[in-house]
Amino acid sequence: MAERLLEVKDLSTQFFTHAGIVKAVNGVSFTLDRNETIGIVGESGSGKTVAALSLKRLLPARPGQVVEGSLMLGARNLRTISDDEMRGVRGNDIAMIFQDPMTSLNPVMKIGKQIAEAITLHQDKSKREAWKMAIDLLARVGIPDAPKRVDQYPFEFSGGMRQRAMIAMAISCNPDILIADEPTTALDVTIQAQIIDVVREMQAQFNSGVILITHDLGVIAEIADKVMVMYGGRTVEYGPVDEIFYNAHHPYTWGLLASLPRLDASEKERLTPIKGQPPNLITLPAGCPFTVRCPYRRDECRDNWPELEIVAAEHGVHCWVPVDERQGLRVELPHFKEPVA
Amino acid sequence: MPDWDAKPPADRDVYGTQVTQAETVDARLQAEIIDEQAEEGAKPLGLWSDTWRRLKRNKLALIGLAIIIVFITIGTVEEVAFIVGHPLTPYPPDEVNYALSPQGLGSPPSLKHPFGTDYLGRDVLSRVLEATRIAMLVGIIAVAIALTMGLILGPISGYYGGAVDSVIMRIADIFFAFPYILFVLLIMSVLGPGFQNVFIAIGILGWATFARIVRGQILSVKSMEFVEAARAQGASDLRIIFRHVLPNSMAPVYVAVAMAIGGAIATEAALSYLGIGVQPPTPSWGLMIADAVNYLTGGNWWYLFFPSLALVLTVFGFISFGNGLRDATDPKLKE
Repeated sequence: MAERLLEVKDLSTQFFTHAGIVKAVNGVSFTLDRNETIGIVGESGSGKTVAALSLKRLLPARPGQVVEGSLMLGARNLRTISDDEMRGVRGNDIAMIFQDPMTSLNPVMKIGKQIAEAITLHQDKSKREAWKMAIDLLARVGIPDAPKRVDQYPFEFSGGMRQRAMIAMAISCNPDILIADEPTTALDVTIQAQIIDVVREMQAQFNSGVILITHDLGVIAEIADKVMVMYGGRTVEYGPVDEIFYNAHHPYTWGLLASLPRLDASEKERLTPIKGQPPNLITLPAGCPFTVRCPYRRDECRDNWPELEIVAAEHGVHCWVPVDERQGLRVELPHFKEPVA
Repeated sequence: MPDWDAKPPADRDVYGTQVTQAETVDARLQAEIIDEQAEEGAKPLGLWSDTWRRLKRNKLALIGLAIIIVFITIGTVEEVAFIVGHPLTPYPPDEVNYALSPQGLGSPPSLKHPFGTDYLGRDVLSRVLEATRIAMLVGIIAVAIALTMGLILGPISGYYGGAVDSVIMRIADIFFAFPYILFVLLIMSVLGPGFQNVFIAIGILGWATFARIVRGQILSVKSMEFVEAARAQGASDLRIIFRHVLPNSMAPVYVAVAMAIGGAIATEAALSYLGIGVQPPTPSWGLMIADAVNYLTGGNWWYLFFPSLALVLTVFGFISFGNGLRDATDPKLKE
């Protein structure tokens, strides 16, 4: 049994705004073990990032608040520890890679200094030692000529190299958990694959657990062990990655899979979008947030949130459509006529 | 139909080109990067070299810079000489010599006294040089006081926002609301006339300008992603403010500093002219101008002309350099 790093139970995060209470995350639970990668997928505004920021208490302090749930990092409850302890957790226990490497590095500070700063914040190292470690880390994430590069400013790095530098900074304190918030979204496709490789290598070297937030199912298929599908701040389905790709049970997951472009489709075939708009998080229905866009909705959907239904090992789904009916519906979807290669 | 699934042999890359074992994709990537750098030649431009490159094209700013350098050099040399105790002026600035002031009207510029002498027979050049020291001291120290206050209060205001911000900015508004020269006069009348008090008066009045500029910058910088990234690394608020946010907010501050030094020097001259700044016999441009006005009808233009020229040149130098610096650091004007 692998070491459990993180256990999130019934996490709810809300933003108190002038327009009303934005229910960004509603009762999300998941666990993360050492060496495991969990992918959190969902469209913009589904609460993926807010869930991750809640873990690190990085939400904008006034409007954003974790209102419910327990966030256990080993024996520590991240909801109750003091701000000082939280600062120790950030970077040291839970590190983060951001979406846009172009803006997540301080433009007026040398790359090496930024990495060294992250090191000296949490470890008892001299500046010189930290600088040496920075060179070593840059080399490890695949930046050529690291001793020279470490002395440069972010504007002298390309996007892919900056993201590598971000990863070097994130792993500098050997964190247990690495949160990657859409680490490849801002990069071009050829670089994406390299960055994913770097994340995977670093995970293997440092035995971290990785939380990968993305809307790119390709990345998920590449790297994740298990997947959590979020919609409207709720987990609609979770399970091992193969289960989600080949045995999905929630209509929203089907929609996501169906909307992927396919290499074997004819040129005239259009992409299959999920019709409708993402829900307004202020006026969420009490039931399933996907109701309005769901082609298979029924009477009970809008007002009642379905109980968790375990459909296979480690694979759970929240849906009112009865399980035998779902099997039939799924087979009719274009993507399930033949297995996704 | 090519066989897409076939793997290329180990010693060939995806294009079928034969490669040696060492020549991996990474190695080639590295080679490309090095080539790129070689083509670009020297190191890419940093903030300052980039600013300098653009500043060089602005003639007026360069003239301003030259003036500043000349006056600051004079001020520094005089200050060092003053501390050592050997004034470096051609004559002691306070030396009264009635022989050089026939009819109490001074003597016009001559080879021995290029700026002439005043009604007490004191050498005007020596006094202008000594006054340069005073002017530079006032400009730099007063602005340093204002800048320090602004760089502490501005970031706190901008970063924390809310009530703290409101209180600090309302106090700044009060400082702005008073007519400047009247406010300086008020403070000077409380502190009493004198050279040190000029620093203090101008310094505590100037903080609001810097605090406002810094606060505005901080508001825009603090929402940038690298600040969140620093917080995600576990950096404390103080570290984030002073290591990450502030250094990214400084460009307009440098401009304001250049302008403010010019302004402080002009204010000192005004205070001294009115008799509540630098006290005689210490020379100051303002004092010298005030003295000269009384003798203007006698036709001895040189007491008025030389201190005024020094004052005008200095203020012009700082303001035109500040203007040029603003143009050079403004990203919107980048070509």
